[in-house]
Amino acid sequence: MARNKTDTPKLITNFGNLIAILFSSFVLNQPAFSSNLDYKLEPMKIAPDTYVFEGANDDFSKSNGCNIINTGFIVTNEGVVVINTGVSKLYGEQQRSAIAKVTNKKIKLVLNLNLHPDYFLGNQAYSDVPIAALAQSIEGMRLEGASYTDNLYRICGDWMSSTESNPATTVIQPGPIKISDSNHQLELVQLSGHTAADLVLWDKTTGVVFAGGIVFADRAPTTPHANIPQWLKSLETVSKWNSSKEIKVLVPSHGPFINGLFGIDQTKDYLDWLDQSFKNAALQGLDISEVLSLAIPYKFRGFSALKPEYLRNVTHLYPQYEKKIFQKELQ
Amino acid sequence: MTKLVKNLFAAFILIAGISTAALAASDLAKLSDGDKYESLAWPQLKKEFLTGGKVEFDERVVVTGPDFAEDAMNVPVKFDASKLEKIGGGIDQIVVLVDRNPIKKVLVFEPNKVKAILSFRFKLEQSSPIRVAVQTKDKVWHVGHTWVEASGGGCTVNGASRNDGSWSKTLNQVSTRFFLSKNGDNIRLRTRVMHPMDTGLVAGVPAFHLEDLVLLDGQDKTWMRLQTFEPVSENPLFSFDLPKNTPIERLRLVGRDNNGNKLSSAIQ
Repeated sequence: MARNKTDTPKLITNFGNLIAILFSSFVLNQPAFSSNLDYKLEPMKIAPDTYVFEGANDDFSKSNGCNIINTGFIVTNEGVVVINTGVSKLYGEQQRSAIAKVTNKKIKLVLNLNLHPDYFLGNQAYSDVPIAALAQSIEGMRLEGASYTDNLYRICGDWMSSTESNPATTVIQPGPIKISDSNHQLELVQLSGHTAADLVLWDKTTGVVFAGGIVFADRAPTTPHANIPQWLKSLETVSKWNSSKEIKVLVPSHGPFINGLFGIDQTKDYLDWLDQSFKNAALQGLDISEVLSLAIPYKFRGFSALKPEYLRNVTHLYPQYEKKIFQKELQ
Repeated sequence: MTKLVKNLFAAFILIAGISTAALAASDLAKLSDGDKYESLAWPQLKKEFLTGGKVEFDERVVVTGPDFAEDAMNVPVKFDASKLEKIGGGIDQIVVLVDRNPIKKVLVFEPNKVKAILSFRFKLEQSSPIRVAVQTKDKVWHVGHTWVEASGGGCTVNGASRNDGSWSKTLNQVSTRFFLSKNGDNIRLRTRVMHPMDTGLVAGVPAFHLEDLVLLDGQDKTWMRLQTFEPVSENPLFSFDLPKNTPIERLRLVGRDNNGNKLSSAIQ
């Protein structure tokens, strides 16, 4: 490579040689490309001692390294609490070294807020510290981990290199997190609806809420394990916290944290619409392929990943409405 | 190497590269018989399944499917060939074929007295064109198609009811419901038959699937006939469109699977 570069000025006089150089640099650059996998994680300070790594507000793809999640950490005087570990081993490693640049305090606890892959596939980088999640989430990680990695290796390629599913190691209960002498009063709340067990971390000291999969901001919600009525109930709970001014910042799992609080209503609106629209469609006797081509209301069209996510929403959820039609539960 | 040899070598690589690419493109077009998806399976599909008349691509056969198969076990497809109902003496049969499935034939639909419109779901093994070939009575095959991306595996894993064993309790149970279309032109009939629809491609589980479904009226006249094969999804759900004067209260669905289990159900 180095020799080619220094030769370039004199060889470039000939077209054939130019092609040869392009060809050789193309071939030789391949290994260089794969060793250049950098998520460029920049911690953003959103409150005292509290940082967020914002993911791309998009669908999984090779060009964003499949980094579409917001993760974060809180530096307490007893050690660092890490919230979610990202989509790959590499993400976990780069996240950990980015945290080390902010503080020399040790990692006290890692939290996986639910069972979805980008909440826990970076766990390999934290094998020396306790990694906690709700019991149902851990069970789900065990059941679905292999299919998650299969799918993500296919979509994200080299970014996933050496990633294996390492489910959380410690079952955690909702309630206050007991970290002795901590200067942050941290509380875990168990909600549900996005998945069967959705953990929310609330820092009562700073008013920051890490809302997990319950809230999506400027992005179409994902629904592979969703239960809409439960999810709407959970959103009502979060909405109450917000209207009583108990939350200062809300970090959604996906979408810009700066719009996190707007995300509560956005997610609620979208789920309400899905529910109503699927009910109507089922009552009209529409088949899935017809529901796929229904118009999406204008107010949702600015959401990221809307098209692929709507296709997934319909695939995951519409069959349940069809079932009700045959059981005559929907009239 | 002298400079001349180097240049010649580079030029050779360049020309070889371009001509290989050019040859490959024209070869593909030719080898796939002008298929827009350049599928090498297409000529063989025609030879095997679309016999008796000439085969042409026809945009009047509208096929809709998802961009990608989020659930490879249940890929929803709808086709509408109603524009051909008065062409070539009317429609004889409609065959659905999937180029890259291990079992290519999904179903054969004889619309007879119902509209030439059908929605169904099937199992997709990998990204593939989906063909809907409509044979009119003059023997001509009119082919419409779409492409669905898939990460794979739909045909080679068991369905849920096979895995938990619940299929035997519900086998051949029929659920139906009618819906009036918005403009009142059609009556939609949605029907689901409980059946594991095993493809025979999972080790130790032989092919076990519905073969034949017929919609009959009070005089035993056939309103439509549907032959179904292994790739049709578990507990298949079909949507048919019936003309508005259909005597729906007298219709019944009869059928059987490849093990000879029969079904017969009044339609309510």
